Amino acid sequence: MKKGTLKQILLITDGCSNKGEDPAATAALAHQQGITVNVIGILEDDQTEEPEGLQEVEEIALSGGGVSQLVYKQALSQTVQMVTKQGMTQTLQGLVNLELKQILGREQTMEDLDPEKRGEIMEVVEDLGETSDLEVLVLIDTSASMHDKLPTVKEALIDLSISLNSRVGRNRFAIYNFPGKRKDIDKVLDWSPRLDTMSSVFPKLTSGGITPTGPAIREAMYQFGKKSLLRSFRNNHEQDIENA
Amino acid sequence: MNKTLKTHDSFLRPGMTLTGKWHQKRYVIIRKLGNGAIGSVYLCDANGKKAALKISDISTSITMEVNVLKSLGKVQGKSLGPSLLDVDDWVTPVGQTFSFYVMEYIHGQTLPEFMKQNGKEWIGVFMLQLLEDLGNLHQSGWVFGDLKVDNLIVTGSPTRLRWIDVGGTTQIGRAIKEYTEFYDRGYWGLGTRKAEPSYDLFALVMVFVGVFYPKQFPKGSNPQATLFKKMNEVKALKPYEACFKKALTGKYQTSIEMKQELSSIIYDLQKKPQTTTKRKQDNPPLALESIGFLLIALGYYVSSLLIP
Repeated sequence: MKKGTLKQILLITDGCSNKGEDPAATAALAHQQGITVNVIGILEDDQTEEPEGLQEVEEIALSGGGVSQLVYKQALSQTVQMVTKQGMTQTLQGLVNLELKQILGREQTMEDLDPEKRGEIMEVVEDLGETSDLEVLVLIDTSASMHDKLPTVKEALIDLSISLNSRVGRNRFAIYNFPGKRKDIDKVLDWSPRLDTMSSVFPKLTSGGITPTGPAIREAMYQFGKKSLLRSFRNNHEQDIENA
Repeated sequence: MNKTLKTHDSFLRPGMTLTGKWHQKRYVIIRKLGNGAIGSVYLCDANGKKAALKISDISTSITMEVNVLKSLGKVQGKSLGPSLLDVDDWVTPVGQTFSFYVMEYIHGQTLPEFMKQNGKEWIGVFMLQLLEDLGNLHQSGWVFGDLKVDNLIVTGSPTRLRWIDVGGTTQIGRAIKEYTEFYDRGYWGLGTRKAEPSYDLFALVMVFVGVFYPKQFPKGSNPQATLFKKMNEVKALKPYEACFKKALTGKYQTSIEMKQELSSIIYDLQKKPQTTTKRKQDNPPLALESIGFLLIALGYYVSSLLIP
């Protein structure tokens, strides 16, 4: 069986979008393109569990086929890697469910199987999660209110790269921030296999109160199709074959 | 996820009966034992016997843990984790479905509680026990992963350290499934999160450091230096310092290597205190002696009074 590459957008934000199209709609679009959208909403230390500005977080993840979670910044590292892994499992499980429907017909999903059979299928899902290649585009909200959270975000991303690079499968990460200086998003780090090489200069904060989450997701989606990426993947692949 | 956790929690109350959808077994909830990274654990009554029931909103996580428990059950010999009793789904009165599994209820004290009551000389014993269990686990192709104080329980007669949550147990060579920052070498900048025996050995040292720092401590700007400094400050861990440093920096490839070095340290330690205990044993005869002299002296004194 040929193993595909899982594609994810990881959106890290702290508040409501206020410019451009509905982020849930662009997330749905990305999902249609085979990209899962996971969202992490960062809470202020004095915020309760259900703040108003963060309601869209769940909506975006739901229509993006991904996982969402609200956290205080202290718990960010663990959450980032948990959300990413759960997002992978969810995507793979979705694919397995599709296969099941084709084999068993009707509306059969994993939940309709007895626990023993479910266990066997889960082993396959776990295997795939460990060995598939993964591309994560991290999309960071750098509007003014995120100011004091960015150092923690950076630490969490380095930590994520430690976790994912301990897998068998290969990884590629890219980091974009929004709003950009002139465009909706700006590139912080181009596709690379590790994040611990991340430059010490993290995106400078964009002043002003705009948060174009919707357009940012749309732009992020197109970054997966870049030719340079395809080429480098082919090169890698050929190298692997040679090595083998 | 917090939101969803509330949902299964809001259904379960002490005294409630929960019936499995597939196997039709009945469990009466007694009380909640705790919350894990995924789901909650309840003490329950299964046909008159006490058992632990773990339930979660994330069905896949339950299934993955069950897979681990099943594989551990196949490992011959020692009981490495709690034994698995049942796996099933529970349909709430409202029609929601939650997955759960039932396992052996391991009753005992937490490690810090036990050491407070019984003294620090148990550190050596527990370390050797853990290293032996980990050795068995590693040999069967698994790494424990989420080894921490909360996942260990001291059971009585015979006194033994047992692990109670196998949610982090991962096949060797893969990425660690579940971990806790304080015990994780990746967090301290001292290695990857690849499941290797040395990952568990790092966490093992952190367990015994953690016992002396219930509130733990931040890693600071130089994590390795902070860690070593905090470790050196604990008197009870002083004898193991060299061995611990090797484990923290990944110098041991297997738990057998670490166990051998540790046993020789413990053997040497045992020799020293024995001389001090002998001295202590000398004390009672000495006291008897002096009391004897006193009595004789008193006798002489009394007799001197009687004879004018």
